Amino acid sequence: MTDTLLELRGLTKAYPGVVANSDVSFTIGKGEVHALLGENGAGKSTLVKIIYGLVRPDTGSMTLNGAPYEPSEPRAARAAGVAMVFQHFSLFDALNVAENIALGMENPPAMGDLAARIREVSEQYGLPLDPDRVVGDLSAGERQRVEIIRCLLQDPKLLIMDEPTSVLTPQEVEILFKTLNILREEGTSILYISHKLEEIRTLCEHATILRLGKVVGNCDPRQTSARDMAEMMVGTLLHVPEKAPHELGDVVLSIRGLSAPAPHQFGTALKNITVDVRAGEVLGIGGVAGNGQDELVAALSGEMKTAAGMVVIDGREIGRLGPNERRAAGLCAAPEERNGHAAAPDMSLTENALMTGAVRKNLVNRGLLDWPSARTFAEEIIKAFDVRTPGPANTARSLSGGNLQKFVIGREIMQNPRVLVINQPTWGVDASAAASIRQAILDLAVSGAAIVCISQDLDELREISDRFAALNEGKLSAPRLAKGLTIDEIGLMLGGAHDMEVAHVDA
Amino acid sequence: MDFSSINPILLLASLMVAATPIILAAAGELVVERAGVLNLGVEGMMITGAITGFIATVTTGSPWIGFVAAAAGGAGLSLLFAFLTQILLSNQVATGLALTLFGLGLSALLGQGYNGIKAPEFPRIDIPVISEIPVLGPILFSHDPMVYVGIGIVAGIWYFLRYSRAGLVLRAVGENHEAAHALGYHVIRIRVLAIMFGGACAGLGGAYISLVRVPQWTDGMTAGAGWIALAIVVFASWRPWRLLIGAYLFGGVTVLQLNFQAAGIAIPVEYLAMSPYIATILVLVLMSAGRAPGSLGKIFHASR
Repeated sequence: MTDTLLELRGLTKAYPGVVANSDVSFTIGKGEVHALLGENGAGKSTLVKIIYGLVRPDTGSMTLNGAPYEPSEPRAARAAGVAMVFQHFSLFDALNVAENIALGMENPPAMGDLAARIREVSEQYGLPLDPDRVVGDLSAGERQRVEIIRCLLQDPKLLIMDEPTSVLTPQEVEILFKTLNILREEGTSILYISHKLEEIRTLCEHATILRLGKVVGNCDPRQTSARDMAEMMVGTLLHVPEKAPHELGDVVLSIRGLSAPAPHQFGTALKNITVDVRAGEVLGIGGVAGNGQDELVAALSGEMKTAAGMVVIDGREIGRLGPNERRAAGLCAAPEERNGHAAAPDMSLTENALMTGAVRKNLVNRGLLDWPSARTFAEEIIKAFDVRTPGPANTARSLSGGNLQKFVIGREIMQNPRVLVINQPTWGVDASAAASIRQAILDLAVSGAAIVCISQDLDELREISDRFAALNEGKLSAPRLAKGLTIDEIGLMLGGAHDMEVAHVDA
Repeated sequence: MDFSSINPILLLASLMVAATPIILAAAGELVVERAGVLNLGVEGMMITGAITGFIATVTTGSPWIGFVAAAAGGAGLSLLFAFLTQILLSNQVATGLALTLFGLGLSALLGQGYNGIKAPEFPRIDIPVISEIPVLGPILFSHDPMVYVGIGIVAGIWYFLRYSRAGLVLRAVGENHEAAHALGYHVIRIRVLAIMFGGACAGLGGAYISLVRVPQWTDGMTAGAGWIALAIVVFASWRPWRLLIGAYLFGGVTVLQLNFQAAGIAIPVEYLAMSPYIATILVLVLMSAGRAPGSLGKIFHASR
């Protein structure tokens, strides 16, 4: 790249007890797509908050276009041409698209003009958006468009994107990348943060890798393998999950003609799903979000009841039983949304461990809670799954996403279930944590459990599944052996009835 | 039973007067709640406004100075709430309840020696020409100025929330304070200002009771009007014009049942006395379709 847009020199920011950034220096060129890599807690978020003026560094300086740049608040950063798309959307559900966009602008035009501008810019970048719709009704992808358009309307010189693809379907990712490429050609620099190394390899020209707050390396992602980048992030050799060879046992879980109406207005009906899972087997279920994944998990976990014979464990019909009775029968489940569904955010880890573990770990005695055992159980999970937290008395909310995910998956695995149903086990989790979660799933399978793993990460499914099936509009395709299945074949299975394009996952 | 003693024109005219304290207090609380703060101390701020307004009026002889003092008194008390909930991050529900108790006690203390005094009259203005219109004139255009101030405040709030940039920011803060903070808005500053506005409005509402409706000072004279104002804000789905309808409905049924009592209708007094509450709740529940501001009552801490 020719000249420099933003230069960071020796940025340091310490919080009580932890140094978030230590002497961080790097430069972003004009029109460059620059990746910022690092595990959870490596200091990426703090660094972008410094650039966006939300946090002030203790020491160090920045220059933007050669001039000193010290934003005291986001307003100053926006005025200087720095815009940011947030990981957790900074949107207001009750307001409409135009109002949301106006809130993120310094000097918004009158509402009528703004609506016209939104239409114009959204068409120009291939991100269609209706300014009058209420944001609460939009899908995750559309919500992100609102954020992006909000940034684009201010002609940013630098666009910061924090984990932009974690909530998008593969098609939406493809659209996003096209937009980013248009921006790059127009000379806009992009600072791109993601866990998904393959994405970074297709999109970015330069990567800076952070570990424990320090810059530990630079690379050209197009020339570096995903594995090498992951190892630079972790600092050690990356462990690739391995499955010890073992024989498959008898059928443990049978799903027989499972049909269920959509549970709510935006849900998907399940249509005649039939599949058997044997002891020691991992059945991977792929598919674009919103094709019945949540409903299938609910029907298996017992949150949604079905006809008795539709779900069978070890020959016992459990379709009419609730979650706790199913846990007693040997079925544990970990839903996708960890804060609020898999875990109660404001309760302690001990309490969260107790909530699903009560039945199988005998944590309730004649209606009274057995706190010492619950605490021990929570401590066991923390130890076995390397959950980074000061202790089980901390709230679930206080954990980072990857750590909480390790905890909720660990909680189910430690109960030694006959059947484990998991949805998106490594969503938003960094490479080393993802590897350890996958390894734990495989170890559970080797010990003789039947596992249903639903995921949108096709690489993950190829890595851990014995058989693969695709979920499409509530219908499940016939499972195929995962070994030797190519990405193209998976794409065709996912495409199902309607021919949609599958994102490039090729390495 | 003698219904002929009920004059419909007088009834409608007194409805507007009866509703005014509630309109004032509820309009202020609406702004506070749209900013995401639940202040249950409306009753306490009203009664404080009632006594500070009364004292200032008796001392100076001017009801206008009295209303300014009432607004200052209500806003001053609300500042205590703002300090506790926004700076010290105390629980809003508990703090609001405490504010009501504190306001009732404080006003009784301040009001010692003012019991039984009559306030100087607050003159009615008959708007020239249009107050002469038969029927409509006496109902709509022949009141004291605060009746129009109340309606003006509701209209102003509606316009502010709907069309102004500052109103949009205020709604955004109430809807999702974390997102508003991330975009660089000053959540606490905006909320403190909203709380003070709410306190000033509640103070005006209280002073209207002690200076116009009654008009003299008695301990605890707001008699639950603050709670009605709170309920009306919720049932009006946080929308200004619905709030006006709800307050008029409540005021109307109140006046009507008093007239029925005077006319000696054969319904037990207890049923008549509860009728305004039931009618207001019923109608507003049927109308309500809105949702509460997303961050209502939640504590905001800019954790960095």
